[in-house]
Amino acid sequence: MIPGVTYGSQLALGALGITTIYTVLRFSNFAHGEFMSFGAMFTILITWFFTDIGIKLNIIPTALLALPIAVVITIIYCLLIDKFVFKFYRQQKSKSVITLIVSIGVMFFTSGLIRFIIGPADQSFSDGERFILKAKTFKNFTGLNEGLAIKTTQGITVVMTLFLVVLLFWFLNKTKTGKSMRAFSDNEELALLSGINPERVVFITWIIAGTLACVAGTLYGLDKSYKPFTYLQLVLPIFAAAIVGGVGNPIGAIIGGFVISFSELIVTFAYKKIFFYMLPNQLVPDGLLQILSTDYKIAVSFIILVLVLLIKPTGIYKGKII
Amino acid sequence: MHDKKRIIFLFSCMAIMLTLVGVFQSWNVALTIFNLCLISSIMSLGINIQWGNAGIVNFGVMGFAALGGLANILISMPPTNNAWELGGFYIVVGIIIFITSIILSVLIWRKTKFNNKIKYFISAFIIIFGYFLMRYLLDPSIEVIEAIEPAKTGYLGGLNLPILISWPIGGCLAAMAAFIIGKISLGLRSDYLAIATLGISEIIIYLLKNEDWLSRGVKNVNGLPRPVPYEIELQSKEWVIEIANWLEFSLAEMSSIIVKLSYSFLFIITLICIFYLLEVALKSPWGRMMRAIRDNEISANAMGKNIKRRHLQVFIIGSAIIGIAGAMLTTLDGQFTPVSYQPLRYTFLVWIMVIVGGSGNNFGSIIGGFLIWFFWIEAEPLGLWFLSFITSNMSDTSIVKNHLLENAAHIRLMFMGLILLITLRFAPKGLIPEIKR
Repeated sequence: MIPGVTYGSQLALGALGITTIYTVLRFSNFAHGEFMSFGAMFTILITWFFTDIGIKLNIIPTALLALPIAVVITIIYCLLIDKFVFKFYRQQKSKSVITLIVSIGVMFFTSGLIRFIIGPADQSFSDGERFILKAKTFKNFTGLNEGLAIKTTQGITVVMTLFLVVLLFWFLNKTKTGKSMRAFSDNEELALLSGINPERVVFITWIIAGTLACVAGTLYGLDKSYKPFTYLQLVLPIFAAAIVGGVGNPIGAIIGGFVISFSELIVTFAYKKIFFYMLPNQLVPDGLLQILSTDYKIAVSFIILVLVLLIKPTGIYKGKII
Repeated sequence: MHDKKRIIFLFSCMAIMLTLVGVFQSWNVALTIFNLCLISSIMSLGINIQWGNAGIVNFGVMGFAALGGLANILISMPPTNNAWELGGFYIVVGIIIFITSIILSVLIWRKTKFNNKIKYFISAFIIIFGYFLMRYLLDPSIEVIEAIEPAKTGYLGGLNLPILISWPIGGCLAAMAAFIIGKISLGLRSDYLAIATLGISEIIIYLLKNEDWLSRGVKNVNGLPRPVPYEIELQSKEWVIEIANWLEFSLAEMSSIIVKLSYSFLFIITLICIFYLLEVALKSPWGRMMRAIRDNEISANAMGKNIKRRHLQVFIIGSAIIGIAGAMLTTLDGQFTPVSYQPLRYTFLVWIMVIVGGSGNNFGSIIGGFLIWFFWIEAEPLGLWFLSFITSNMSDTSIVKNHLLENAAHIRLMFMGLILLITLRFAPKGLIPEIKR
């Protein structure tokens, strides 16, 4: 249950980034996973630096202190990439497929850069208290048979996601810039006519996307551990989340993230334990009683993706059809 | 003609580069690169007919290549003792039941006239019921099969036929998969199609990784039979010894060069056949129609062309070509390793080949396949050389220098990304642009 919420929040943050880019810049950004990885990498580097000079937060991971700086660096990187790569195609008004292939080029480049800087190895950079709630404490506290543990990173993930999502919605709905962004994504020409500066909108979009990518990447890295190649595998679940929720709809992206993560849990959950408590002993079956074996965990999101594309391509909340 | 000169120039450049590798590194390395270049070219031909001539975005290269590899096992490995008697029957029955349930639910979906909610419910119920029935039949027999000497076999095995048959069969397998995938997803627009094919190819890889009874999963299948003689047999032959003496190569090196050359021979024949067939197809009215559909779907539709069917057709053909190439790759490796299938190496690299070479031109795809694969392999020594040149002023103990040299291998990803971006920016038509007809 709790891993589901955490993973769901991470997916939701990623999907939000993809949706934002899709609605404003009108292409599917395959490089988003690598942007996440890029952000996480800088968080790690800065965390190392901080621990070296002796700055340390006691209870929560030091990475949180490093995060704002990493966010700024990721944003700068996104803006540079946009200036040197994507801007050209935007001005050419290329087809979205071409820009998609361009984003694959960016993906290659970024992943090479990341591996070049930090190497392909596994990095763990979470420090501080490991658990908010230990399994044993929970048992003593509630008197239940099964333990429940909440890792610190899981708590941080959920809090950060809530914070960012609220901030994003406030920005999009209440501020003037946010409104101009929404107007731009609804109808580009009308927005241009009413005097909205497109470059400014694009600029802000990349800031949002960069922030979301960096935070999502760092949270994922904190929760699991940082391996450069996992982020490539994350791209598809994120796309799945964005599409399931309806591309172009921020609420949909969040819902989609949770739908994906929970269905992964439901499908690969070992139902044996439930039966164990519900049925008398003789009736408990032998196997683990999974609908699909755990190996298929990631594949579940792809299956959902394909199903949604088949049955309802607009997603749960009606987004735009690509 | 300008184009012809350019083609000849590029191909001779390629030949010179391979020769340089042969002289400076070794002929063995050069031939290994050459063989993989040939396979890459075939894969990029497959993508080229889909993207360059019909405008379909297929990001499922990895899945089709893996299916081609699977054909190698199914055709040429010896069947496992009594695996078929013990469990094969139930597996076949279970899979047939599942497929029937899917077909049944699709039929109900299409033919009956209930309202949508009831339809959803019924078809979902049938599929779920079929799935559990399949699991009920399959699970025990899978366990039995996987228990037969798990260290050596533990899978159904194949038909023990010559491995060359598996190339066309691999194409057929990929074509069947492409038919299903195309039926499902070709109605989608380009971006969704890209994501859907990428997702489906991941599903295929997951199946191959985890269904041990079929492909031994992550335990890999080793020792696939070869279409060419083994090195050790060659080393005892008179004529091989004579040639080796004459060229002043060691016997071991000479024999492996001969093996690689015979592989190259097989691959070149396949490449030429596929290339010829594609050229004929694309020059014919059929090819003209494909290009018309690519350039303007609406007007082609207005002319009475069935766009969905043509797209499905070209999707199947292209995927079959990729399947053949995948089968060839596994034959060359001599083993089937599902873990080695990664989207970066297969799907996206092949796409870079097509785009750099020139989408819409078969010569372009071939040269793209050669060039990109060559640099994919050679970027590592080149990157190392480049970095040691840069860092030559630093002291040997410098952390920066050691770090740079350690990670030199990853330069190739950056390099590929840069090549793709530069091509798309400054020469979007690729090295050899599409012929204007």
